[in-house]
Amino acid sequence: MCLGIPGQVVKFTDASKPYAQAEVEFDGVRRVCSMACVPDAVVGDYVIVHAGIAITRVDPEEANRVFDELAAINEDAGWKDGQL
Amino acid sequence: MKFVDEYRDPIAARKLLESIRRSASQRWTLMEVCGGQTHGLLRHGIEIELEGTIELIHGPGCPVCVTPLESIDFAHELAMLHTLSDHDVVLTSFGDMLRIPGSRGSLLDAQAQGAQVRTVYSPLDAVQLAKKNPNKEIVFFAVGFETTAPATALAVKQAAEEGLDNFRLLVAHVRVQPAMEMLLQSPHNRVQAFLAAGHVCTVMGYASYESLVEKYQLPIVVTGFEPLDLLKGILACVRQLEAGQARVENAYARSVHYEGNLQAQEIVREVYEVGDRLWRGFGMIPNGGLQLRRQWRQFDAQQHYALFGSLPIIESRQCRSADVLAGRIKPLDCAAFGNECTPDAPLGAPMVSSEGACAAYFRYRNPQVNPIDG
Repeated sequence: MCLGIPGQVVKFTDASKPYAQAEVEFDGVRRVCSMACVPDAVVGDYVIVHAGIAITRVDPEEANRVFDELAAINEDAGWKDGQL
Repeated sequence: MKFVDEYRDPIAARKLLESIRRSASQRWTLMEVCGGQTHGLLRHGIEIELEGTIELIHGPGCPVCVTPLESIDFAHELAMLHTLSDHDVVLTSFGDMLRIPGSRGSLLDAQAQGAQVRTVYSPLDAVQLAKKNPNKEIVFFAVGFETTAPATALAVKQAAEEGLDNFRLLVAHVRVQPAMEMLLQSPHNRVQAFLAAGHVCTVMGYASYESLVEKYQLPIVVTGFEPLDLLKGILACVRQLEAGQARVENAYARSVHYEGNLQAQEIVREVYEVGDRLWRGFGMIPNGGLQLRRQWRQFDAQQHYALFGSLPIIESRQCRSADVLAGRIKPLDCAAFGNECTPDAPLGAPMVSSEGACAAYFRYRNPQVNPIDG
């Protein structure tokens, strides 16, 4: 139920606030979604969509943080890659 | 798919698993709150990989599972109303909700007896249905946690904006934090840390967990749904537990901000107010739900249709879903699991829903279907 799927904003079909709508693409499939809760989102942004409405913009910087942390694990002196 | 595939990288997942194993000096007991997380943990084999290191208790975060039978039976009566009265009601909801067994079968079963039922992807689609069918009365069965409430609140606002008088909500929205607190207050509680539900926090933020952390002295880590998200959340819990800390931490920062989504909260606050709610498997939870504010009551199906609920409520005696939902037993501990109760012929809601723990075990840990236990 709380499933949220990330998709990219392709174009606004209705830019008038507060009920703005946009076409969002999910892995090649497009659907019109409500943008009422992400008023700052622009074309090209990724948003997470739940039940037909975008509930957040994906933060690309934060999205990479887990990979930085993984790199830090690699540099851990006690780490032996051979054990993986 | 961007922001999905990279979080399923098996090599990175192995590293995080190994980190968790190295960090844990004892077997810790965590609860993942959301049913979507339960499915992720089972589907990707994380639960079984961590067996012996981390015990995962599956939380109550399956909205259709905790929707009380009274509401399902009420929806059933609404869907049949056109056979008994002038009210040409069409009952709409998410696919999962329509498959949950009520006292007299599911809403989809009821179609065979003439019930008018339609699956929709979004409550906004139900508003469009009302607009296109002015002679029909469209009721949306509004279930879900804080994640879903902005969508149903928006639907009500749009219906009002368009002047529709043939659209209503049957509200069964639930709030997750009062249920978490109720679990912590139980004398049988074994939860030592929570993986908080990532999309609930996307809407609500996580400031409100600070009081819980302080009062109950346990880590709460906001966690996403993909394998690396789940593992990162588990690792953060283990590190805190090992260090004797109890903090709120955000391990799903690409989606969740401290204060949450303020626009979404504003829309919800405009339409709904907090109220007590009956949860299937839990009983009455104080402040455990949302209800329409007085000025939106003309959209309330419960107020509009004076049904008496004359037929008795019948809960399956064999079904132990109440124990599963509260984390007292695992689905495999239930005698009916995989025998009398399967996704095709479910006794209880957790066997149906895409977030139900029983359905997750049936799909990913059922020895008869998928012999990975061997």
